[in-house]
Amino acid sequence: MNRHLLSMNDLDREDIESLLATARVDFLDLSKRDIKKVPTLRGRTVIDLFYEKSTRTSTSFELAGKRLSADVINVKADSSAVGKGESLKDTTLTLNAYRPDIIVIRHPHVGAAAFVARFTEAHVINAGDGMGEHPTQCLLDIFSLQQEFGELGGLKVAIVGDVLHSRVARSNIIGFQKMGMKVTLVAPPALLPRGVEALGAGVANSLDALEDMDVIYLLRMQKERHEDANYLPSMREYIARYQVGLEHLGGGRKVLHPGPINRGVEISAALADSGENLILQQVEAGLAVRMAIMYRIIVDNAAAAVEAAGETTAGASEAEVKNIHAVG
Amino acid sequence: MTTTIAKRGTKATLIIADVRVFDPASGIDITTDVTVEKGVITRIGPAGKSRPQGAQVIDARGLLLLPGFVDLHTHLRSPGREDEEDMASGTRAAAAGGYVTICAMPNTDPVVDNAAVIASLAEVAESDAVVRVAFVGAISRGQKGEHLSDLWDMAGAGAVAFSDDGRPVTDSGILRSAFQAAHMSDLPLSLHCEDPGLAGAGVMNEGEVSARLGLAGIPCASESADVARNLEIALYENARVHIAHISCIRSLELISAARVSGARVTCEVTPHHLTLTDTNVAGLDSCFKMNPPLRGEDDRMALVAALVSGVIDCIATDHAPHAAQEKDTPFEEAPFGVIGLETAFPVLFTELVETGEVSLDVIVQAMSSNPAKAFGLPVPAISVGEEANLCLVDTLNEFEIDPASFQSKSRNTPYAGRKVKGCVQMTLAAGRVAYRNELTSS
Repeated sequence: MNRHLLSMNDLDREDIESLLATARVDFLDLSKRDIKKVPTLRGRTVIDLFYEKSTRTSTSFELAGKRLSADVINVKADSSAVGKGESLKDTTLTLNAYRPDIIVIRHPHVGAAAFVARFTEAHVINAGDGMGEHPTQCLLDIFSLQQEFGELGGLKVAIVGDVLHSRVARSNIIGFQKMGMKVTLVAPPALLPRGVEALGAGVANSLDALEDMDVIYLLRMQKERHEDANYLPSMREYIARYQVGLEHLGGGRKVLHPGPINRGVEISAALADSGENLILQQVEAGLAVRMAIMYRIIVDNAAAAVEAAGETTAGASEAEVKNIHAVG
Repeated sequence: MTTTIAKRGTKATLIIADVRVFDPASGIDITTDVTVEKGVITRIGPAGKSRPQGAQVIDARGLLLLPGFVDLHTHLRSPGREDEEDMASGTRAAAAGGYVTICAMPNTDPVVDNAAVIASLAEVAESDAVVRVAFVGAISRGQKGEHLSDLWDMAGAGAVAFSDDGRPVTDSGILRSAFQAAHMSDLPLSLHCEDPGLAGAGVMNEGEVSARLGLAGIPCASESADVARNLEIALYENARVHIAHISCIRSLELISAARVSGARVTCEVTPHHLTLTDTNVAGLDSCFKMNPPLRGEDDRMALVAALVSGVIDCIATDHAPHAAQEKDTPFEEAPFGVIGLETAFPVLFTELVETGEVSLDVIVQAMSSNPAKAFGLPVPAISVGEEANLCLVDTLNEFEIDPASFQSKSRNTPYAGRKVKGCVQMTLAAGRVAYRNELTSS
């Protein structure tokens, strides 16, 4: 892995396969044991810096760090110096003085993770930057799809809903195509960013497009962003035309959703409760994938540093490699 | 008197020897000597032995002598944000860029919306300004778009134009009244064209790049829709209108059409819209964030073509200083605006003249005589008997743009590190030496 994980553009297909293999082989079954902890990142410090509300992403990063035995500190914007007007630059410089190994950041603005990376020696993991990207979500989605379908090349996937405001959509358009999948965006024109065709995905304005899809990837309707702007005639009309339910399934078609779901808006209650969606598998995958990301971002870069230093004995990385094998 | 300048020091007496004198408005392009006595051009021709007493001789072989530049769109940040720019630093920056006259925009704190503020600023200029400063008054009180400001009093106090720059006048009725009031003194309204509903929360051009980045876009229609409305009202009132910082094709088409219908319209484009596009935003450097935003390559090419064809008559900098801490943030949090006084000519010379896209005489007229005429300012001319308003530039040697060396208090330029030609060596404004390049002058 590179020094930081900021965008799906940072990874090629080989990187993705290798990273997800680590998640599958080393971490997926860990949660099923009585003792859910390995000593892999003992002595390492992880700071989770969250400027936005989050349940699954923050829980999953915290749990991932703790199960790897790292010291995990959660900094929430609403209860920190940020509320006193501290700039992102100064917050980063302050946290960097504790010499953390990894900073996980969720922020309402595009490029915030890359911005933080300019002011810290820690590895930075983008846990969502405004409407920009959400690469760890994309990786866990690819992981879930691999678990379900095996080989992903040639798979047809529709990303449905509020594409305009979705960082998940943006990362998945990039990531899914890297895995050889064919992506179609399905939404009314007002919820599609102008110029989005440039990302290589097809575009459709009606759910009729779902008919020959293998996967339906539903996006959360970001209702909070619709309050001051009239993107749609009404939510009622949107639901009548764009809500996905059991009637859109068939032929082994699976439904994914990054959560949190708006039950009865983009997804019908019946579909949400059915076994045809992979939503809880995604959550489970999230933990394993985030453990793999944290582990690999430390180990790969430590190994690279050792190589760069021209040493033959891999100090830190060798110990950590040994630690993970203690898992097995 | 519509412009103010400090009358410090003596007027220049010097001979600029062996220089290429280039003034398209006066039809001059010859290599010779130019003699300036007590701030007035007294001879264009070999100086020989007829040197005025005490004349300093400047060896200007290989250099270019141009009429000084005029900027219709400068944010001096004074009063209110003197940490970002003030009268002294802003006019020094102007002089370092070859400008002899600048027009200060009224979006300060307090807003320049009455004669008393203009009078007090003119007083500051009288002690601190090294180039001529003209003042643009606000169209509406506090630039709130609700009530007309004291347009007639400000015209009396020397305002050269009116503008709510930074924001559009959304109420068309108020805009019409402003045209009618400004028409009494035949002053133009300089209009920032933007439809707030279409611009929304946008932070960059709407298009492929914004879709890739996930940034909210500002569509071209946000500008052109407002240009159309403004031209219609100006035409109806037969009033003078100046369209500020044009960024896209449709605005140009609308201006051309309005001229055919008899509209009295002038317009400006910035150096950054002529030389950069929205692909420059991909790195999320807030020094590429301004309003209107950098557009696509099609728009940029159309702006260049319109400059050549004369549809665009003026180049203006929209020099907008911002404190480092305000720009050193994620892109969406940063304020709009970049500085431009000290980079305008070198960037345009290097990117447009040297590449053969635009001739030097078009650039010089768009930076000097055309803007002067648009706002009724003194027209810098290289001609015997004229006050010396000149700039001397080196178009042969390359240099690297280094924000640390700027005269401006701010550093928010999109051109840091760029290698360019056209370094300004000396500026004479209102007959006095306003700037001398210490690094290269002997």
